[in-house]
Amino acid sequence: MGSVGHVQPQSIHFAEPLPLKSGSTLRDYTLVYETYGTLNAARDNAVLVCHALNASHHVAGTYDGQPKSEGWWDNLVGPGKPLDTNRFFVIGVNNPGSCFGSTGPMQIDPATDQPYGAHFPVVTVEDWVDAQARLLDRLGIRQLAAVLGGSLGGMQALSWSLRYPDRLRHCIAVATAPNLSAQNIAFNEVARRAIITDPEFHGGHYYAYGTVPKRGLRVARMIGHITYLSDDSMEAKFGRTMKGAVLGYSTQDIEFEIESYLRYQGDKFSEYFDANTYLLITRALDYFDPAREHGGSLTAAFAGARCKFQLVSFTTDWRFSPARSREIVKALLDNRLSVSYAEIDAPHGHDAFLLDDSRYHGVLRQRFANIADEVRA
Amino acid sequence: MSDRKGMELIADLVPPGSRVLDLGCGNGELLAYLREHRQCSGYVIEIDDANVLACTERGVDVIQLNLEEGLAIFEDQSFDVVLQLDTLQHLRHTERMLRETARVGRVGIVSFPNFAHWPNRVQVAAGRMPVTRVLPYQWYDTPNIRVGTFADFEVLARKNGLHVRESFGIQGGRAVRRFPNLLASVAVFKFDRG
Repeated sequence: MGSVGHVQPQSIHFAEPLPLKSGSTLRDYTLVYETYGTLNAARDNAVLVCHALNASHHVAGTYDGQPKSEGWWDNLVGPGKPLDTNRFFVIGVNNPGSCFGSTGPMQIDPATDQPYGAHFPVVTVEDWVDAQARLLDRLGIRQLAAVLGGSLGGMQALSWSLRYPDRLRHCIAVATAPNLSAQNIAFNEVARRAIITDPEFHGGHYYAYGTVPKRGLRVARMIGHITYLSDDSMEAKFGRTMKGAVLGYSTQDIEFEIESYLRYQGDKFSEYFDANTYLLITRALDYFDPAREHGGSLTAAFAGARCKFQLVSFTTDWRFSPARSREIVKALLDNRLSVSYAEIDAPHGHDAFLLDDSRYHGVLRQRFANIADEVRA
Repeated sequence: MSDRKGMELIADLVPPGSRVLDLGCGNGELLAYLREHRQCSGYVIEIDDANVLACTERGVDVIQLNLEEGLAIFEDQSFDVVLQLDTLQHLRHTERMLRETARVGRVGIVSFPNFAHWPNRVQVAAGRMPVTRVLPYQWYDTPNIRVGTFADFEVLARKNGLHVRESFGIQGGRAVRRFPNLLASVAVFKFDRG
């Protein structure tokens, strides 16, 4: 099992405006993407990998001269890996509104010649899927062998099966949900409030002030991070381990290892992530709800789906719990669609979808092997 | 069903083209067989990770669920046939499971080790719990949390308003239709709600 090696992002500019679900449009945008492996002559061995909240088009491999720059799903994607780039042509694309190169709030709004900032239109999972479909048009790919995503990426994979039922053979949705629960929206709202109430935020136009709402971003990341872990995995990793040898009896200094870890994660995140992007992406999560347009019936929502489905959840994931995946499975069963579902008893909470648990990767490896046989890749 | 001939005898009970739900299917062999030889479609339900992977390898649709939690995910009468082979004896809520089988499927097919098979009777008469090829465990390490007989199931089916449409025993890969309660190590029933 190897790495795809050094990779280079590419970009495509789209002059045709993208109509958005909100009624607004994104005029004139750029998508940054990476590809690994080779598109076969039949152009049917492509797999699209959709990213979640804080990831990007950089799914696998490293950048030349940056040895620690592995892609976010490098343990899954590569030659001989479960999503085998010897057989598949894998595409990672950065969604509009993100902050890793595709058109987003940091970039110049052609209408005003100023950074979009808070004026960047609200984008949804469906808008991203439409943008991704246009990228495939440009790449000359009519039908994907599979769309794969975890968490928010899984929502995109599901949305693909609804919006473009004939353009994918398989939908592989990991640690995802048919919509966010009230508790989930609540966590997102806390994160957004932390950012918006940061004095450096300036209503989202902080670029003009030369500031970054880092305090808000830090807190947003800290709360997010807590929800991605399970109680057990936090206990195992940190427990009540103290930072120092003696108690400091301080209310403001770090006493416990877990505090130190969260602050470190928050600091690191605030250095590279854009605050407006955080707001946009958490909103896209909140809005995703395919059943909404079908009288609240997820079964009705999936009536038009045609592809085969593989769902995976993790028992200790309380943010995107197995019960939520089972709702999707039920809707697919009701529609007599082909669906497999693996419920992996992993201890790592929501983060498990990015780790290489052998049962989880075993199922995906076998599934992709079957898909490769199907398209004779 | 590790016994190939026994599996084929049970497969013969499934009408061609049926939409099948196989509960506690093991490695998915039976559904793969039904798909290939009897043009059936459907899903298997498994709890065990290794079996889930084995089903994936066969390209059989598998849903990882704990049967003890019931079949709420499935609508009434949503399958032509629900198979429950060699699993009933492992379940805590056997009767509820049987009712669920009859709710979800128009036809139910169950198989389980027949405790009244004569070698078992002989061993019990000799004062010991039986250890045989079909019941290979000692009383203290068996995963079978209950034992029942061919005759017992007829009573249980009646109690739950289920109509047995076909029943036989399996012994040595052959169907046993005369005195199955005595002569067969495995009991097989095909039933519906009438």
